[in-house]
Amino acid sequence: MSKADAAAAILWVGATFYALFGGADFGGGFWDLVAGWDERGQRPRDAIQRSLTPVWEANHVWLIFVLVVLWTAFPTAFSAIFSTLYVPIALAALGIVLRGAGFAFCKSIVGLRERRAMGATFAISSVLTPFFMGTVVGAIAAGNVPAEGNGDAFSSWIQPLPLLIGAMFVATGAYLAAVFLVGDARRGDHELERYFERRALGAAVVAGAFALAGLFALHSEARYVFDRLTDQGLPLVILSLLCGAALLVVLVRGGRRPLRPLAAGAVIALIWGWGVAQFPYLLPTSLRIDQAAAPDPTMTIIFIVFAVAAVVVLPSLGLLYTLAQKDLLES
Amino acid sequence: MSNLLAAREQMAFTLGFHIVLSCLGVALPATILVANYLGLKKDDNDAMELARRWSKAMAVTFAVGAVTGTVLSFEFGLLWPQFEHRFGSVFGIAFAIEGIFFFLEAIFLAVYIYGWKRLRPWAHFWAGVPMVITGIGGAFSVVAANSWMNQPQGFTLNSAGKVVDVEPLKVLFNPATGYEVPHMVLAAYMVVGFLVASIYAVGMLKGRRDRLHKLGVVIPLTIACIATPIQLFVGDTAAREVADHQPAKFAAMECIEKTGDNQTEYLGGVCTDDGVKGAIGIPGLDSFLVGWSTDTEVTGLNDIPDDEEPPAHTMLHLAFDAMVGIGTALLALGAWFGFVWWKRRDIPRTPWFLRAVAVSGAGAIVALWCGWIVTEVGRQPWIVQGYMRTSEAVTEAEGIWFSFALVLLLYAGLGTGAVLVLRSMSRRWREAGADREGDIPYAPSSPTGRKYAHMEGNRPVDGGGS
Repeated sequence: MSKADAAAAILWVGATFYALFGGADFGGGFWDLVAGWDERGQRPRDAIQRSLTPVWEANHVWLIFVLVVLWTAFPTAFSAIFSTLYVPIALAALGIVLRGAGFAFCKSIVGLRERRAMGATFAISSVLTPFFMGTVVGAIAAGNVPAEGNGDAFSSWIQPLPLLIGAMFVATGAYLAAVFLVGDARRGDHELERYFERRALGAAVVAGAFALAGLFALHSEARYVFDRLTDQGLPLVILSLLCGAALLVVLVRGGRRPLRPLAAGAVIALIWGWGVAQFPYLLPTSLRIDQAAAPDPTMTIIFIVFAVAAVVVLPSLGLLYTLAQKDLLES
Repeated sequence: MSNLLAAREQMAFTLGFHIVLSCLGVALPATILVANYLGLKKDDNDAMELARRWSKAMAVTFAVGAVTGTVLSFEFGLLWPQFEHRFGSVFGIAFAIEGIFFFLEAIFLAVYIYGWKRLRPWAHFWAGVPMVITGIGGAFSVVAANSWMNQPQGFTLNSAGKVVDVEPLKVLFNPATGYEVPHMVLAAYMVVGFLVASIYAVGMLKGRRDRLHKLGVVIPLTIACIATPIQLFVGDTAAREVADHQPAKFAAMECIEKTGDNQTEYLGGVCTDDGVKGAIGIPGLDSFLVGWSTDTEVTGLNDIPDDEEPPAHTMLHLAFDAMVGIGTALLALGAWFGFVWWKRRDIPRTPWFLRAVAVSGAGAIVALWCGWIVTEVGRQPWIVQGYMRTSEAVTEAEGIWFSFALVLLLYAGLGTGAVLVLRSMSRRWREAGADREGDIPYAPSSPTGRKYAHMEGNRPVDGGGS
């Protein structure tokens, strides 16, 4: 494995963490949005707030990590992506601002009307942000980002595949969030547990449907990625399917077996399947990993940063999650 | 040209907005921990209450800072794709390191802010300490990246202008890092100290003369007043370094038209091609400040090629003067406070003192902005001094004026929202007043609040007595 490949793997590790934890946070916003404004929606909404409050900022940092590793280790890919897909990227940034501010303000506001406005801002932007991020990923996979940048600002992402991937991102986040929230609710609230179990089931089916539709779109719009996904990437696709199917079985049978590892496994296998399918390209099929790579000393810094992150940041994150799961943190 | 101006304006505006919040991220944790420490060590309930309130306010400012910071990292790609394209592998090194600090700060901030009720008191205090270290570490990384733009080194270009080798340590510890980083960290402590003190000074002027308000002035003001004299020393060193290594910036900010010795130091005024109009001039002082002798030769704008000259000399000059002027006034305020405190362990009795403190926060922020205007506008037309022009870095995307207008609107809402939320929090605290029940730090929560009472072993809290 070359240094550039290792750096690309680090990029994928960051993306995986962001998809799992950041994705679940967006999904929490999705369930907030559809919980209904009346009394009935209050309980799930409170549960979502409680579970997001202490962790969403830390989860958000994975996005910064991915951005920074991308522009430092693969500067040409970064500038090509940003100079082409600036419309969905700017919209995702807008969503990030509205979501973070909406969430932070809504917790500290007393007036009901303002609170609802802020809550709605948070919830709506929680859906739009992952959608636009998904279109960016879809446009890259479809090969719509030229290596030299400045690709078409609209036709690069307003196509079936990017839009489908966008929808799949939203559904996957909702699926992860519902599964995580089932776990939270299992610590005391049986009614809420069933509430989120039903939603996890629904989201799993929808996310699976989008993934299937995405596969067809890949076949017609991103042949390189499709071919590798169904060849070298096939074991990971199967693993993802197995995890998803197992989770469905557990949900339908109503047992109390752990759900989170299965949901996470399904998503992780999918992300790495995408990585394998793109390899050795960062931008299929115009920019290879080694062509985009920064000089070796820069890569060394990326490795050191990653090692420090593994030794210092991950245990700290573990501490934060443990404290949050033991209900030692509260707003 | 139009795209370039729009992109620069948007970058300047979003950076100017974010920098105030990042000061709070860098220096507010230490301020809170001082109050928390006093509260624990001296059983001081007022100090403890201040620490708790400030941490709740920090939850809001940090969230807004996290998203406005994210916008900046998006803007590196959205507004300046060619800059990242060419120098991302160099410039990004500092940001990769910053990522670690930001991560740790976000994690421990969450533990601290949301750990008030249920963590053990000293464990809670120590959970806050990493915020202080990571705040300074984060400031180091980001400002080192900016320093590198001012005095770039540590990379090799091939004949096509592509970066082919990098020396990370030289990038991180470029000559400007040594003065820019301490200058910014001290600025953060000044902004936060004066800002927090000014809020409580306004409260005192409105007649809220309780001990809590006085402590709310004294704790942050003390921190700011320790930082200020060091800052003037660091700033003075920085100006000399700029004179030596960034002569165009220095000539513009001091309005020096012709190279020569015995340069006049101008205070205020308008820079024109025929010299400075309407300024107070002190003959020879500029040369003296640069090299401790009036014989020191200082480069003038006449020796800078026209296409490498910074724009807006008068603005740069006035921004620099305003920063130094405000800094000096804050130093005087600190000396007044320090003297009276030393004499009688109290703040000066006159309302003029409180009035001065009340405006010091805004003053410190204005000085901060002025400093960044000098640094950034003074480097123009370069984005990487001597290597890449800002006009080469800018995006070819259309509609930047539109995006700038949108950003203005969005941030107006963001700023208004943050201020309204903070004010409503402060009103609630005031209304709760002496009756602080239900929100007592380190107290066991009420039975009804025990949502998960069936779970054993998760309540290490034993009241505030330990």
